[in-house]
Amino acid sequence: MRKLNVLAASSAMSLVAGALIAGAAAAEPQVEVLHWWTSGGEAKSVAVLQQEFSERGGTWTDMPVAGGGGDAAMTALRARVLSGNAPTAVQLKGPAIQEWYEEGVLSDISDVAEAQGWAGVLPEAIAAHMKCDGAWCAAPVNVHRVDWIWANAKVLEDAGIEMPTTWDEFNAAAEKLQGMGVVPLAHGGQAWQDATLFEVVVLSLGGPEFYRSALVDLDPEALKSDQMKAVFEQMRTLRGFVDDNFSGREWNLATAMVINGEAGFQIMGDWAKGEFVAAGKTPGEDFLCASAPGAGFLYNVDSFAMFEVSGDDKIAGQKLLAELIMGPTFQETFNLNKGSIPARTDVSLEKFDSCAATSSQEMAQSAEGGSLLPSYAHGMALRGAQAGAITDVVTAHFNSEMSADEAVQMLADAVANSM
Amino acid sequence: MFDWLERQAPKLVLAPSFAAMLLFVYGFIGWTAWVSLTKSRLLPKYEIDGFGQYERLFNAPRWDVAIENLAIFGILFIGVSMALGLLLAILLDQRIRAEGALRTIYLYPMALSMIVTGTAWKWILNPGLGIEAMVKGWGFDTFTFGWLVDPDMAIYTVVIAGVWQASGFVMALFLAGLRSVDSEIIKAAQVDGIPTTRIYTAIIIPSMAPIFLSAFIVLAHLAIKSFDLVIALTGGGPGYATDLPATYMYAMAFSRGDLGQAASSAMIMMMIVFAVVVPYLYSELRTRK
Amino acid sequence: MSDLSGYTPERTDWGRFALRWGLFVILGLFALWYLAPLFVMLTTSVKTLEEIRTGSLIALPREITFEPWAKAWSQACSGITCEGLRPYFFNSILLAVPSVAISTVIGALNGYVIAQWRFRGADTIFALLLFGCFIPFQVVLLPMAKMLGLLGLAGTIPGLMLVHVVYGIGFTTLFFRNFYVTIPADLLKAAKVDGAGFLRIFVSIFLPLSVPIVVVSIIWQFTQIWNDFLFGVSFSSAGSQPVTVALNNIVNSTTGVKEYNVDMAAAIIAALPTLLVYVVAGKYFIRGLTAGSVKG
Repeated sequence: MRKLNVLAASSAMSLVAGALIAGAAAAEPQVEVLHWWTSGGEAKSVAVLQQEFSERGGTWTDMPVAGGGGDAAMTALRARVLSGNAPTAVQLKGPAIQEWYEEGVLSDISDVAEAQGWAGVLPEAIAAHMKCDGAWCAAPVNVHRVDWIWANAKVLEDAGIEMPTTWDEFNAAAEKLQGMGVVPLAHGGQAWQDATLFEVVVLSLGGPEFYRSALVDLDPEALKSDQMKAVFEQMRTLRGFVDDNFSGREWNLATAMVINGEAGFQIMGDWAKGEFVAAGKTPGEDFLCASAPGAGFLYNVDSFAMFEVSGDDKIAGQKLLAELIMGPTFQETFNLNKGSIPARTDVSLEKFDSCAATSSQEMAQSAEGGSLLPSYAHGMALRGAQAGAITDVVTAHFNSEMSADEAVQMLADAVANSM
Repeated sequence: MFDWLERQAPKLVLAPSFAAMLLFVYGFIGWTAWVSLTKSRLLPKYEIDGFGQYERLFNAPRWDVAIENLAIFGILFIGVSMALGLLLAILLDQRIRAEGALRTIYLYPMALSMIVTGTAWKWILNPGLGIEAMVKGWGFDTFTFGWLVDPDMAIYTVVIAGVWQASGFVMALFLAGLRSVDSEIIKAAQVDGIPTTRIYTAIIIPSMAPIFLSAFIVLAHLAIKSFDLVIALTGGGPGYATDLPATYMYAMAFSRGDLGQAASSAMIMMMIVFAVVVPYLYSELRTRK
Repeated sequence: MSDLSGYTPERTDWGRFALRWGLFVILGLFALWYLAPLFVMLTTSVKTLEEIRTGSLIALPREITFEPWAKAWSQACSGITCEGLRPYFFNSILLAVPSVAISTVIGALNGYVIAQWRFRGADTIFALLLFGCFIPFQVVLLPMAKMLGLLGLAGTIPGLMLVHVVYGIGFTTLFFRNFYVTIPADLLKAAKVDGAGFLRIFVSIFLPLSVPIVVVSIIWQFTQIWNDFLFGVSFSSAGSQPVTVALNNIVNSTTGVKEYNVDMAAAIIAALPTLLVYVVAGKYFIRGLTAGSVKG
């Protein structure tokens, strides 16, 4: 009986999908895709999507705009929307999706999502980001984990230290490395990197509950709490573990320091893995990956939102694109290239490395434990104005002699001023 | 009909530019002023809300830093570029061998956008990679040059790169000026035995007053618009120590979806421009009459 | 000529010799400073990625490879198309040449009117035009987008040209006006007495005199338009993106592996046209400035 149901459901699904494709065939699917994956492995991954799209009879117009983690693309997007010439699909993520929806410019892709059963294969927290007022309005591509600690295996071995599991252990290990003349923490002094470090410390020192109330709900009490002071104090300690020339350094140059053995650790999202692999290093042997101390999982999910356009060909293009983005083949190839893990939980991880396996396993655990949390530094938790206000304070504190007391006061003021 | 056309021709020629300017400059400034009074976030909205955005702006410590930086950067950038431009022009004007090559070398930075040269400057000024590392490599262990990574000094590295880019252009302006000073007057002064430095300070430089004004307007326009320079060199860092009003505004409008705030900062910027440029235009146009 | 070297009777020959060499050394040191970034870019562009990763970023290359240059020109990826800078290079030429020409012609006519056909309010219009030079481009981005949408020019090359012309005429008018102000008013009067009209006087008397300032205007506008990124990225659509947008796409990978040698080669390639213009036309540039902005 159960079996029969599944059969019935799946045949119904393929019927719907068939109808969709039939509809698509009537008008040749068209998309213009605005994205900021313009070079190297990322560009190759998008090319995979484009290829699948044209195999299904569609025409893909590429509109790549790189820079500033999507800032330049968002500038172009605003100009395009205001001039009444919105691209059909746009790389968008986090609350920005809902913000654009509120401007009344996103289109509904619920029929595809329901036909493909997205709700069943996405973690609930991530599915919530893809919905606007209950309707599906975006398709997720991947899950990056932000709270990783990377280490050079040989440096750690020479110093006789293990991968730290608490911040006290981390601090002790770092001091030992410092004594040996190795830079303990490779870090690049750019605002978003400071913010990345900060959110990892907030989660791992304060725990998931504290992270949620401070950086998701923006509770003024949490922002001014002693716990937050402790976070800023740990940030000050970490600042002592960074070399003097870190200002403005790109994250990949910081990763290179770990690769070369100039530095011991780096705290950075899993895109750093690509640098290690490109330098011919093997995870688990040459370099180590471990989640930051404590429970929790900070995700950074890339996704595509569909903009309101007219014309059957364009609408057919949006539906086909949404379907392909969530397709298991694309999710596998794309994420193998990018260092992240598929957003779909039902994709086999056979071809992925040990770091990705850890990531996937801990994502499932955190989802159950309620500690699967959005990264604020990567635009998943807050709207731009609030996230930016927090980053201003974090980076001002990290790059000056400001005390933790001053910092929490400034933090509360800045958040209030950004509302 | 033809006569009328002929008589009105000057006005007809100027009319399209005038109309375009009214719309695309003054109309847009008006639009910005309007938006600065609203609660616009991601996209412009047009319900007037009052001066809340200006209040937020003046409450933001980062804006204070941006204004202070504009003052430091503006004064030093304009001052040093002028001084260096004048010095190079005077030195080049001494019948130097290979003048053409040197002139091209001094002038070429103006041809490049900072997006292109920013990375190179970043490496040169970075203590661990550039000059400091190189000089230390020669055995001068105590040499330090870490302005780029020092929040108090980083704005001066922006000045260095800015001067590098613009001073050659100013040099060209002054060189042109030196070449058009009446040589008879100078010869007469030399015959009278007036010392060289006096000839420069009392005769040549004062006669180039219009050039100082032209140079000023080009430099002031570059200073107020400086955006690529900061983004490429420091990204506004360390922290936000090298933020300028233009980068502040861009961050608010485009990275943070806080358009009302961006518009209010743009209005303050326009007022600064107005305060600096209008006296210049006034004096310039008065003396011409 | 304000050259003073020929007239220093109080100095000995040896003193003059030392002075000239001192001068040369100072100028040479400055030249080194101006060349430093270009040196870094050039050396990096011919290094292997391996050497960049391991060695000093500003040292001379141990071995030279031109592969990054080839890659930047025809293989580097900007999104899913991996054709290097080449296609975008031609977009930029298509965009820059007409925009420079149109804004120069308009500036010349405006300058001619303001300097020679003075009428009431002309100076006010000039002041308004000049003030327009100072408007930060980030301010006009969004209203301009709306306007281009209304005009039906959104995402097209003509739209982008319109933007460049509109924000270029302030400067071109300034150049030509300052140039034509130096031409004696008698010339215009004499021509009028001879019965020549507004346009005829411009074409047959003023234009032939204007070569130096036309060069200045072209150099200035070409540099501005070629190097523009903000307008290019906002007002172009797929297929019409200028070279700076492609350069940015190649150089600015967010989470990918950085190929600094290709980045630097691409940066130099993208800058070649403006560099060329400065090197070739630099002499005329100074001459044009001499003729223009000084005597006014």
